[in-house]
Amino acid sequence: MASALIVYAHPAHQRSRANRVLLDRISDLHNVTVHDLYETYPDFFIDVEAEQALLLEHDLIVIQHPVYWYNMPALLREWQDLVLEYGYAYGRQQQKLAGKGMWVVMTAGAPEHTYCETGVNERPLSDYFLHYPRMANVCHLDMKPTFEIYHGRHTEDATLEEAAEQYRSRLLSYLKELSNHA
Amino acid sequence: MHEVGFLMQAFVFLAAAVIAVPIAARLGLGSVLGYLCAGAVIGPFALGLIGQDIEEVMHFAEFGVVMMLFLVGLELDPSLLWRMRMPIVGMGGLQVVLTTGAITAIAWQFTYSWQHALIIGMVLSLSSTAIVLQTLNEKGLMKNESGQSAFAVLLFQDIAVIPMLALLPLLAVTEVGTFSDKHLLPGWQSALLVLGVVVGIVVVGRWLSRSVFRIIAQTRLREMFTATALLLVVGIAVLMEQVGLSPALGTFVAGVVLANSEYRHELEAEVEPFKGLLLALFFISVGASIDFALLAAEPLVIMAMVGALVLVKMVILLVLGKVFGLTSRSNAIFTFSLAQGGEFAFVLFSYASAQDVLPQTIIQPLTLVVALSMALTPLLFVINERLVLPRLGVKSQAGSRPLDALEKAEGKAILVGFGRFGQIVGRLLRMNGFEITVLEHDAQQVDLVRSFGHKVYYGDAARMDLLETAGIDEVDLLVLAIDDHARMLKTIHQVKRHHPQIKILARAAGRREAAELIHAGADHIERETFDSALSMGRKALSLMGFRAYQAQRAAQLFKHHDKKSLYALSEVIEDDKKYITVAKQHATDLEKVLRSDDQANTDLDDRGWESGS
Repeated sequence: MASALIVYAHPAHQRSRANRVLLDRISDLHNVTVHDLYETYPDFFIDVEAEQALLLEHDLIVIQHPVYWYNMPALLREWQDLVLEYGYAYGRQQQKLAGKGMWVVMTAGAPEHTYCETGVNERPLSDYFLHYPRMANVCHLDMKPTFEIYHGRHTEDATLEEAAEQYRSRLLSYLKELSNHA
Repeated sequence: MHEVGFLMQAFVFLAAAVIAVPIAARLGLGSVLGYLCAGAVIGPFALGLIGQDIEEVMHFAEFGVVMMLFLVGLELDPSLLWRMRMPIVGMGGLQVVLTTGAITAIAWQFTYSWQHALIIGMVLSLSSTAIVLQTLNEKGLMKNESGQSAFAVLLFQDIAVIPMLALLPLLAVTEVGTFSDKHLLPGWQSALLVLGVVVGIVVVGRWLSRSVFRIIAQTRLREMFTATALLLVVGIAVLMEQVGLSPALGTFVAGVVLANSEYRHELEAEVEPFKGLLLALFFISVGASIDFALLAAEPLVIMAMVGALVLVKMVILLVLGKVFGLTSRSNAIFTFSLAQGGEFAFVLFSYASAQDVLPQTIIQPLTLVVALSMALTPLLFVINERLVLPRLGVKSQAGSRPLDALEKAEGKAILVGFGRFGQIVGRLLRMNGFEITVLEHDAQQVDLVRSFGHKVYYGDAARMDLLETAGIDEVDLLVLAIDDHARMLKTIHQVKRHHPQIKILARAAGRREAAELIHAGADHIERETFDSALSMGRKALSLMGFRAYQAQRAAQLFKHHDKKSLYALSEVIEDDKKYITVAKQHATDLEKVLRSDDQANTDLDDRGWESGS
């Protein structure tokens, strides 16, 4: 059975309605590990060895975070710098994560229609995260279509539940896919 | 007592209790019924191990009730009362008034004396706090709507006992009672007397007793504190008897007055065991005096009375639950749980008998009825769970809660030690809105921080009984911030044995102590000087030429390694030789990491930022 590691970064998890609903929905899956970065490293001192070992144990790496200033939260950025280092994640013949799946899950505060050429945010959300496909490419990860939730705090309960259901089924289908591969 | 001898008698009582109570508890009947059964077995109707002296024992044991009311007063938390004023006064008040009315009306048909009927009504309106709270707790229902409602009603009943005790002598039917030898004063004088005594108790409790307790606490002699606590309770009881008032009323008032004082938990812990034993003795003697010949002679009548009592109570509870908007599920639990007579009935009956306001011909069968109704409680719970609740349809717990925008943290904690260390922990927790109970064993320190407005109680944390009265079974966290290492180890062992789920945070002096605390079972330790020393080291590094962030990373790396070695040490703490070997090994490892210049780049300067730049 393939396993997933959710690298989750939210500096104010207690305020995030969307992320709590998502994580609640998959909490019963025993082959899914939720790795809460802000809970593990409140002082930003990341244990690089432990992180690298953890990644090696899983088949699908889920990167889940809210969007701040068109970007990821600071600790996740730090994690990326330190953990996905040369000689481990990339470098000649040194892509230890090669072949694993990668799935980005993002929650944005603004409504979806603002993320287009005519909207106040001028571009689709994926345009601001072009580094993710690059990262997948450099580390030889198989990147799945990004999962986006908009307007998190103001969505109705039912809509959010629906999104959570979709999140769960996509996660399960990627895991199944990876199991068949192996 | 002369025939059997004191020790022999004590042996019989204790043995009966020790055998009967665990059996009753195992059967889910609760300890009160266990004591009653024990009494019944050693009483004249079964083994006959105790005889006529039972009256004498009962009078002595009644003092347990006085102590119980002192503790009830002590546990009355004004803020809790205020928060629950609606259910307490509304539900509780109506339950007592309506049930009293209904039973009085029924009893009147049989007794032909309204005074007797009213006494019976009042006495039988009460439910069994001991049995109900214990059962609801065991079933995990206390935090639910049903449990909270039942608790509110029981709380009102506990308080209602006080006016009932005061009312009983006034309900004497003159031709029956020996009214004349209670030297009662005319109405206005006795009212004045009551007022004077209550004011006296408040004054003594509020100002005088606290200075006395402070002096006693400073002697650090535990038995002196026990003696003082008992002296207070006994003294008030004697005073009340002298002026012809109920001792229970006096101690209850004293309890309420002291509820807010810093010695509250300590007093509770001291009086609790005496109360427990005396009450046990009281229930055993009630059990021994139950007239089982009555049950054998007229089983149908007695059973009908039990049935009527339970039915009347249930109907009233059901209506109240509906009126106060309980869900049908909560209402079922609420109704079934409170349908029995209570232990206060025995108290009031024995008081009524002593005051000659109720004839034995009434007290005897009713004592039996109350005991039987209490024995029925577990059965009622079973009926409710098997037959009633399934029909109401059990709503699934999940999914019914709306998705809140904010997840609220609500933990409770006990903090022990409020000196330099504990104050910082305590203030941080309180500032962020957490409910914590603070204990401090230095009476002077308690005074000092209380004068700054911190709510702190006097007490020694190494005593499990004190932690129990401070509510350890309800907290998630125990923070030990005292500097007495041995005492802390003892506390950790005790708490982890009785409440393994509680997380313990402990303050450690140094490395060795820290390792010992971890080994003892502390979930988290903090060395009292470590973080400040580290911080100073970091500052020194930066003053000697490190970039500030570089110094910060170096300090964090040091901390990380040190913590690892600490946990390794805690595993070999019992073996001195190994301890030294492991300690040396880790010291050299760390030095290697920090010192080697070539390697420093990989370990210290964080590879990620170095590469490619």
